[in-house]
Amino acid sequence: MQDEPRPDELIKAVADFLRDQIAPQITGHAAFKLRVGINALDLVTRQLTLAGDSDAAEHASLKALLGHDGSLLELNAELAESIASGAVDLSTPGVKDHLWRTTLAKLAVDQPTYASYRRETAQK
Amino acid sequence: MAAPAFVEALAKSVQSWCAGATGVRDVAQLSGGASQETWSFVIARSGGDIPAILRRSPPGYGSVSGRAAGLSAEAELMRLAYDAGVPSPRVLHVLTERDGLGDGFLMQKVEGETIPRKILRDDLFAATRPLLARQIGSILAGLHGIDRAALPALRTLSSTEEIELLRADYRGMDWPRPVFELALRWLADHDPGASQAITLVHGDFRHGNLIIGPDGVRAVLDWELAHLGDPMEDLGWVCVNSWRFGEIDKPVGGLGSREEMFAGYEAAGGRVDAERVKFWEVMGTLRWGIMCCGMMQRFRQGPDHSMERAMIGRRSSETEIDLLRLLAPRGA
Repeated sequence: MQDEPRPDELIKAVADFLRDQIAPQITGHAAFKLRVGINALDLVTRQLTLAGDSDAAEHASLKALLGHDGSLLELNAELAESIASGAVDLSTPGVKDHLWRTTLAKLAVDQPTYASYRRETAQK
Repeated sequence: MAAPAFVEALAKSVQSWCAGATGVRDVAQLSGGASQETWSFVIARSGGDIPAILRRSPPGYGSVSGRAAGLSAEAELMRLAYDAGVPSPRVLHVLTERDGLGDGFLMQKVEGETIPRKILRDDLFAATRPLLARQIGSILAGLHGIDRAALPALRTLSSTEEIELLRADYRGMDWPRPVFELALRWLADHDPGASQAITLVHGDFRHGNLIIGPDGVRAVLDWELAHLGDPMEDLGWVCVNSWRFGEIDKPVGGLGSREEMFAGYEAAGGRVDAERVKFWEVMGTLRWGIMCCGMMQRFRQGPDHSMERAMIGRRSSETEIDLLRLLAPRGA
């Protein structure tokens, strides 16, 4: 077992340092790159915090949809193939709901300030 | 910032074709545009300095994709657009091997803003914003009206071929995305077939590639993805939600309505097919999503191991939520 602090805590501390202490001292192209870097660290923090639960929920939902077990990657590939072949579409019970929930879970990590995401999460 | 050898080569190039040029100064790489280098500089010249822009692929660096028109074709298209009255920068020089700067061209710098958030929020643009959707329509009509006989060699792609290309791109990444499969399926089911009108298509007409001032659009940039095809493609692409930058209820680049753009297009002599525009908006949303995935791939495999590319890879999920909003809206 690795000791504390957890990776998400470490990365958040680094991101906060760069944002609060370093960013104000930097200008031009380097400031742009620094902002991208801070955004990347923030994304990693969100993934470390959120993806455990959302992956588990997605896995359970895929198992229910497809009727058997497999890795998350295998089951997603199978769902993708079923949609491509037409065997599964939006009228298949549970599919639309599954696609929405998994997509919202991705946005929560990748880009929680994206306007479409904010609109959709404000409605529910 | 700029390597001395690069500045020296640039100064030498400028002196070889620009009468009275003595050198260059204020050489700076511009941010934005992850696919190619863009440099800003000033040509020092007796008789008046010229603010200029260099667009180039550095020596030994390939183009962004197999779809690129090539930088020399881009320069040619920019010249044609300029002559046709489409707002464009004046092309100053197309790079040759002798310049030692890679592939690319130099153009006169057009002052103005390209940063979407400033264009969409700053007071400076408050008066012109409500007019821009219509102006975009009229510029697109002008661009689509450029005589085909004058164009450089460009690829021609039908909607059906474009769907297959996207499918191949997506499958080549070997990472399952059920929402992209749903979109590919929808596109195949709604493919409008060959367009009656086949015109020059800009291919990347959106924020970031438009220089805007308080007086409106001053220049259309970046012809990298220009091709021949259905002119409605450009109208659909400019409506892709990724280019609304938060103003999601204003489809045309966060500026205005489709109807305003259509009115500008038709007033300038174009003919709108709204169904086709919707088809291309879905196609464009998927296309941007797949381009984001492609950035991720180049980040992993290519020579440019940059954070920007890696992070753009994580923007593909934005297009997934937008595809669901288009194809599977909740509560419907």
